[in-house]
Order: sequence, then structure tokens, then C-alpha cells
Amino acid sequence: MLKALALPLLSSLRDSLRDLTPILAVILGFQYLVLRRPIPDLVGLLGGALLVVIGLTLFVQGLKLALFPIGETMASDFARKGSLFWLLAFAFSLGFGTTVAEPALIAVADEAALVAAEGGMIPTTDAARESYADGLRLTVAIAVGLAIVIGVLRILRGWPVHYLIIGGYLGVVLMTGIAPAEIVGIAYDSGGVTTSTITVPLVTALGIGLASSIEGRNPTVDGFGLIAFASLTPMIFVLGYGMLV
Amino acid sequence: MDLQRLLAWAEPLFGTITDVLPIIAILIGFQVMVLRRPIPNLGRVVLGLVLVVVGLACFIQGLQSALFPLGKLMAAQLTDPAFLGNTGDQEHTPAHWLDYHWVYLFAFAIGFATTIAEPSLIAVAIKAQQVSAGTIAAGGLRLAVAVGVAIGLTIGVFRIVTGTPLHYYIIAGYCVVLLQTAFAPRSIVALAYDSGGVTTSTVTVPLVAALGIGLSSNIPGRDPLLDGFGLIAFASLFPIMSVLGYAQIGAEINRLRARARTKRRQES
Repeated sequence: MLKALALPLLSSLRDSLRDLTPILAVILGFQYLVLRRPIPDLVGLLGGALLVVIGLTLFVQGLKLALFPIGETMASDFARKGSLFWLLAFAFSLGFGTTVAEPALIAVADEAALVAAEGGMIPTTDAARESYADGLRLTVAIAVGLAIVIGVLRILRGWPVHYLIIGGYLGVVLMTGIAPAEIVGIAYDSGGVTTSTITVPLVTALGIGLASSIEGRNPTVDGFGLIAFASLTPMIFVLGYGMLV
Repeated sequence: MDLQRLLAWAEPLFGTITDVLPIIAILIGFQVMVLRRPIPNLGRVVLGLVLVVVGLACFIQGLQSALFPLGKLMAAQLTDPAFLGNTGDQEHTPAHWLDYHWVYLFAFAIGFATTIAEPSLIAVAIKAQQVSAGTIAAGGLRLAVAVGVAIGLTIGVFRIVTGTPLHYYIIAGYCVVLLQTAFAPRSIVALAYDSGGVTTSTVTVPLVAALGIGLSSNIPGRDPLLDGFGLIAFASLFPIMSVLGYAQIGAEINRLRARARTKRRQES
């Protein structure tokens, strides 16, 4: 097992090194050529870069050993079990549970509460801001849970992804017209922050696993799309939240 | 190493663990109570999970200790009116949008570079290559997404500089995506929509947010709280276009090649 691990680890290390080179090139290039300032702590920068390369390498190995297999095994187990209720319950919990505690979302929700207080939508007290931020977080988490549920149903039924997505975007466009202006930027950004680095591989493997275990579904055409729903529904729900609160 | 530094180093590790715990609880809960099946290769899976947690913690620690502070400092320096050579009265002689050329270039370069290193995009690209039996190359997909993020951020920065309304851009972008969807190969559509969501996570968001806040606090008439938002939306919208475009170009090349082949066959 150790020997089987060592070889892919080395090639993965080389890949990670290659993936990090552009960032280093941009930072060093701009610092020396455009800003014309020395790097404040070159040793620290290289040490940090080394840590990033090692981290990325380990993560990619872990992805292949754990996150992909778990997603796919559970998908095929659920397909074999044949209970739609439990599959959808799992889909909702996965979407809700991974989003509600997401640090990026907490940061955006707190900032959104500041904007809302400044715009006079809520009173400028800590309690009002906190309850606004919590409400927003819960809204986004429910939105992501529902997104995975709709996405899983779509894979099971074989609905074409673009009708749902285009319908959703039309909803976003229409709601942008009536929602308060302060919430629009936050709503658009909330779609981007919901999908964390651990959720994405898991959810992708789940979709592909489902599409491969159900007859008549093509993993490439039907397996992807769960992440797309998870980035779309928060926009709709946050716009709605902005209109109601 | 004293205790405080040790704690500072361990913070990303604790953060990642609290990130992973709810996910593991959900997985185990459903596996034990609903599916009631043993997990195959349990040892490998546990080892993999440990690698994911430790790897992500190292990754985030490395970014936070070295790359983010420098990137944020650069974003602030590049948007500084003094750097732009505009030392006059900001209210009456605001900088021309072309004065920000280095900022556009920085947005483009940093958008491309951070996307190439984005771990969730690596995951999706690996899966896409596997599932499509190689017709979608992982490297090509990641390049297409990175170019999309780069273009998106550049336009997003232009929007903050000129102060034009965010929703015009986003709505116009959706219209382009709609048109492309009608003509793109069916097999890429879902993947293209997905790539909009995966581009913006661990690496991209903090640097992009710093750029947006730096710009909007240095330009008169912009409110960092209002105008700082919206850059991430650009970074999620434009990859959809670039991936659809990438597939359209690929399909077109294949069609031309096939036509050339049949022509050659007819001639011989």
C-alpha cells in the first residue's frame, strides 16, 4: 500500500508545483516590475508556498482515496435501496449541513448585515444585525439543501439541465428589478461562496455516481449540474430574503 | 516555538476539522442508520479523509501566512491614487478609467493564477476527464475556466472604476450564456454551469475581496460596502461562457478535421 501511494504522490507533487507557479509569478512580477519594491519577507513567502504545494498534494491524494469513493459508493447504495425519500433527505442534509457552518458564508452574512444597517433596512443595533446575519445564513443553507434535492431529482428523471438553470436565471433577473438595491450585490456573491472545497468533490461524485447507477443516464450529460444549482438557488433566496425583511 | 505561535499554526487545522465534522456526521449517520452497509476499504477511506484535512489545513496556512498578506498589500498599493500618479483633488479631477491599466492587468493575472491553483476545480476537472473517457481534458478545462475568471475579474474591476450598475453586466452575461447554451454540445452544458460555482473558493475569494475593497475605498463616490460586492459574481459568470466557448471551439475543430479526412479519402 505504501509503495502504491508513493508513485502517484510524486507525480501529484510535481502537478501541485506547476499549479502554484502562476501565483508566484504574478506576485513576484508585479512586486519587482510594476510596484518596484522588494518582497518584505522572501523566506516567509517561499516557506508559505512550500506549505501550499504540500497541502495541495495531500488534498488531491485524499480526494481520490476518500471523497470520490464515498460519494460514488453512497450514490450507488441509495440507487440500489430505491427509497426516494431517504435519497432526497440525504441530499438536503448534505447541502444544508455543509453550508450552514461555511466560514466564507459567515463572513459574507456579517458584512451584509452591516450594509443593511447602513442602508436603514434594519435598526443599527448589534442584536438586529446578528439576527439579520443568522437569518441570511439559514436562508442560504436551506437554498443549497433544496438545490441538491432538485439537482438529484433532475438526475433521476433525466430533465435537461438548461431549462431549469435558465428558468432560475430568469427568476434572478426579474427579482433583481424589484429587490432593494443594497441586497443585489450580496445576493449575486452568495451564489459563489456556498460551495466549499470539501463539498464540491463529494457532491460531484454523488451526481456522477447516481447518473452511472441509473439506467439510461449518461454520467457526462446528467452527472454534473449539482454545483450549478447550489450556486443558483442562494441568489434567488437571498433576493427574496431582502424583499421580505 | 512558544505556545502562542503553535496555536496560530494549529488554527487552520481546527478550522478544517470543524468544517469537515458536520459532513462526516451526515455521511456516517446515513451510512449507519439508513443504508446499513459497511463502507468498502474503510482503512483507505479514513486515511484519505486524514489526508484531505491535513492537506487543506497546510494549504490554507501557507496561503494565509505568505501569499494573502502580500496579495492584499499589492491590491491596496496598485489602487492607491499616489501610485496612479493622480495626486490632485480627487473630487474634481478623478482619475481616468484608463489610468487603472495596471489594476486591470493585475485582476486578469491574479484571476487566472488563483483559479489554476483552486483545489475544488482540480477535483471537478479530474472527474470530468475520467467520466468523459478523456474527451474533456482536465488541463484544458482548467485553462478555460481560468481564462474565464481572468476576463470576468477584469470586467468587474472596470465596473467598479466606472461605477456602472452591476446588474446590467450580469443580465447581459446571462443572455450570452443563454445563446451559447442553444448552440453548445449537450454534453458540456451541465459541466460548464458547474464550473461557474467551483471557481470561487479557498484561493480566489480572499484576494478578490481585497481587490474590490481596495478599489472601492480609493475611488471617490464608491462605497466599499456596496461596490466591494459583486466581483465574485463576475468570477462565477464568465467561466460558464469560456467553458461553453471552449467546447464549441473543440467541436468545430473536430468537425473541420473530420471533413478534411473524408475529403482526403475521396481524393485518394
